[in-house]
Amino acid sequence: MKFRVAREVLADAVAWTARSLPPRPSVPVLAGIMLDVEGNTLSVSGFDYEVSARSEVDVHATDGGRALVPGRLLAEITRALPPHPVEIVAEGSRLSISCSNARFSLPTLPVEDYPSLPSMPSAAGVVESDAFAEAVGQVAIAAGRDDTLPMLTGVRLEIEDDLVTLAATDRYRLAVREFAWRPETPGLTAAVLVPARTLADAAKTLTSGPEVVLSLSSGTSGEGILGLSGKDRQTTTRLLDAEFVKYRAIMPSSSTSFATLPVGMFTDAAKRVALVAERGTPLRCEFTPGTVTLKAGGSDDEGQAEERCDVEFDGDPLTIGFNPTFLLDGLAAVHTERARMDFTSALKPAVLSGVEPERDPDAAEKPAVRPGSYRYLIMPVRLPG
Amino acid sequence: MGGSTARAAGCTVLHVDMDAFFASVEVRRHPELAGTPVIVGGHGNRGVVTSATYEARRYGVHSAMPVSRALRLCPTATVLPGDLALYEEVSRSVMALFRSITPVVQPLSLDEAFLDVSGSGRRLGDALAIAEHIRSRVHDEQGITCSVGVAGSMFVAKLASTHSKPDGLLVVRPPEVMAFLHPLPVGALWGVGPKTEDVLLRLGLRTVGDLAHVPAQTLQRAVGAAAGRHLHELSWGRDPRRVVPDEPDRSTGAEETFSTDVDDPQVVHRELLRLSERTAGRLRSAGHLARTVSIKVRFADFHTITRSRTLAAPTDVGQELYDTARALYDALGLDRARIRLVGVRAERLVDEGSAAQQLELGVREHGRRDAELAADRAARRFGAGAVRPGTLIRPAAGGGGRP
Repeated sequence: MKFRVAREVLADAVAWTARSLPPRPSVPVLAGIMLDVEGNTLSVSGFDYEVSARSEVDVHATDGGRALVPGRLLAEITRALPPHPVEIVAEGSRLSISCSNARFSLPTLPVEDYPSLPSMPSAAGVVESDAFAEAVGQVAIAAGRDDTLPMLTGVRLEIEDDLVTLAATDRYRLAVREFAWRPETPGLTAAVLVPARTLADAAKTLTSGPEVVLSLSSGTSGEGILGLSGKDRQTTTRLLDAEFVKYRAIMPSSSTSFATLPVGMFTDAAKRVALVAERGTPLRCEFTPGTVTLKAGGSDDEGQAEERCDVEFDGDPLTIGFNPTFLLDGLAAVHTERARMDFTSALKPAVLSGVEPERDPDAAEKPAVRPGSYRYLIMPVRLPG
Repeated sequence: MGGSTARAAGCTVLHVDMDAFFASVEVRRHPELAGTPVIVGGHGNRGVVTSATYEARRYGVHSAMPVSRALRLCPTATVLPGDLALYEEVSRSVMALFRSITPVVQPLSLDEAFLDVSGSGRRLGDALAIAEHIRSRVHDEQGITCSVGVAGSMFVAKLASTHSKPDGLLVVRPPEVMAFLHPLPVGALWGVGPKTEDVLLRLGLRTVGDLAHVPAQTLQRAVGAAAGRHLHELSWGRDPRRVVPDEPDRSTGAEETFSTDVDDPQVVHRELLRLSERTAGRLRSAGHLARTVSIKVRFADFHTITRSRTLAAPTDVGQELYDTARALYDALGLDRARIRLVGVRAERLVDEGSAAQQLELGVREHGRRDAELAADRAARRFGAGAVRPGTLIRPAAGGGGRP
C-alpha cells in the first residue's frame, strides 16, 4: 500500500471515522482504523460491533492494499500534520507517514483478526440531509442517557410511505418530529429504535452532500441494522431491540389554554432566572393574559430570581413548574421565532411547538413546502405547597 | 438516690435516657414477659444483643455481646428479633413529647436526648419539675420507664441519668458537682474509652478526683494535648457544650449482615429489595424524599465499598430505590465475590412538602407509590411486613434475621 493525499482530506476522513471507535475496545483490534486502497480510492473504516463508520477519499495510489493502524493515534497525528501532501506507505508490519519534514512510523495491527464490517442493507429511501440533521437533532435531545433503560436511549424511527416520524423520550419529556422523504418503494412501512447518540452524531456529520440514504434491515433479514449514507461517508448502527412507549397515547389531544412566546426573549429570561435554581428545583411559570412571570429559588438559604416576559396567553391564569433544563432544551429545538405552549393543567404535560411566521398573502413566491411538525412535551414539576 | 428532693437551682440541662429501650418496648407488647430476662438481638450465628432487660443484665448480659454468648450466661432469656419500625415510632412519640416542652432537643439516638429547658421554667416550673413531668408522661403514654439526669452541663446531666438508672431521677446542682464527680471512676468521663482508661490507671489515676488533681500538663503528656486539656476541664465539671437542636436527618438507610457470606447475585438482589423497601418506608414515615441512593458492600475480607447515584427526581418509593441500588450493585461487575454485608442508604433528603417533584409522562396516577402507601397502612394495622413484594416472601421456616 502506497499513496499520496492532501493533509486536510485525510485528517477529515480519519477524524470522522475515529469518532465511532470504542473508548475501551473489547478486543485490541477494534481500536484500529482500517486503511484500504483500491484504485485511487482510500477507504477509512472503524467498527465496534455496534457502529461501523467508513469514509472514502480520492488519493494518488501507487500500490493498493490494506493496513490496520491504532485509530486514535492516527487521528491525532493526521490532525497535527503540517498543511502539506501526506505520503503513506505500508512497510512490512509498520506504516510510515511522511508529510513535509515530519515522519512517523506506526506499528500495525493484524488485518486478518479484524472483523468484517456489516454490509450496507438495501436502501429504504432518501431524505434531504439538512432536514434530516435538523429533525434528528430536535428529537434526540429528549432521549435518555441512562443505559439501565435501553428503550429510553433510542430514537424511534417510523416510516409510513412518504412520511417519517421520529420520537424520543426520557420519561420526563417527549419530542416528536415528522418529515417528508422519498421511499424506495411506495407504501413502505417500518418502525425501528435507533441508539440516539449514534443517530444524532451521524446525522450532524452527514450534511456535506445534499441527501442521505437510509438503509434498513430489520427482523426477518438477520440482525436489525440502520445504514446512513451521505457523500463519501457511510455508517451503520445496530438497532435497539426494545419496545418503545406508545407515545401517541401520551400526546394530549386538546388543551385548555395556550401561550404564544417570543422564543429568544423568553429563553433569555428563563436562562437568567434559572441561574438561582439549584439542581432539582423548578422554574415557576405564572401565566396571566399578556404576561408570564418566571420565578426560581425562594427558600431562605437560596437565591431568588424573578422576571416578567410579555407573551400572548389565552385561558385561565395558570402556574406551572418545569425543570429549567427540559424547558430550555425544548425552546432551543423549536427553531422558530415564536413558539406555542399548550396546557391542560399544572400537572399534565405541556406541549411546545413552533409557530410558522405568517406569510404575506400578496407575496409572489409560492409558500414553501411545510417543513413538518415538531412537538416537544414536557411533564411539569409538581410545585411544593 | 439522694438529691432528688433538692431543688434544681442553676440546672438547665436534662439528659433523658429510656431504660433498656428496645427490650422495654417488647415487654410492653408482650406483657407476659414482664419481670423476666428478655433479649432483643439478631438471630443466627452472627446476631448480637441490641438491648436487654435489667433482669437479663443481672446475669451479665449487655449490648453488643453475641446472642449465643448471652444465652450461655442467661439460658432462660427470651430472645426477640426486634422491630425497628416500632422502636422508631415510639422514639418519635417520645421526641415529640420533648419538643412540646422545649424546642432545644438534641437526640443522641433513638432512646436518649439532651434537653435545654432554660426557656421553659416559667411555663412548667423548674428543671426538676420538668424532669418529673417527663418521667410520668413517658410512663403513662408509652408504658416504659426512663431515667433523667438534671444538671448545669451536658456531661454532668448524662452522668446523673446513668447514675440514677433504672427508672430514676438525679439532680446535680452546680455546688454539688465536685462531690458527685470526683468519686466516679475515670472511665465514666466522656471521651475515656478502654485505651485511655488503661493509660490513666497505669498512672494510678482511678477516680475523676485523682484526675482533677494532676497538673494539666502531666495529663497532656500522657494522653495527648487535646484529650488532656479536655479531661482536665471535665474533671472540674467544665463542659462548654450547649444543647444543639438536631438538624433534620441527612440520610437514612438499612443494612444487613448475612448469616453466612453470600456470592449469589439473586440473594443479594433480594436483600437489596428488602432494604430498599425498608428504607423507603422510613422515608415515608418521616415525610422525606431522597435525591441520592447509595449502596454499601462489605466483602468477606471486610473490604468495604460504597457507590452512589443521584436520581433524576427525588423519591420515597421502594421500587425506585431498589432499581437504583440494583443498578449500582450490578455495575460493580462482581464475579461471585463473597459478600458479608449489603446496605442501602437514601441520602440528600428533602421534605416531601417542600420538594418540587418532577412528574413522569404517561405514568398512571395511582402507581407504585400508592401501592407502597397502602402497604404502610397495612403494616400499621397488622405489623411490619404484612404486605411486601412477592420475591420477599419465603417459607415461614426460612425467616431471615432482622437486626
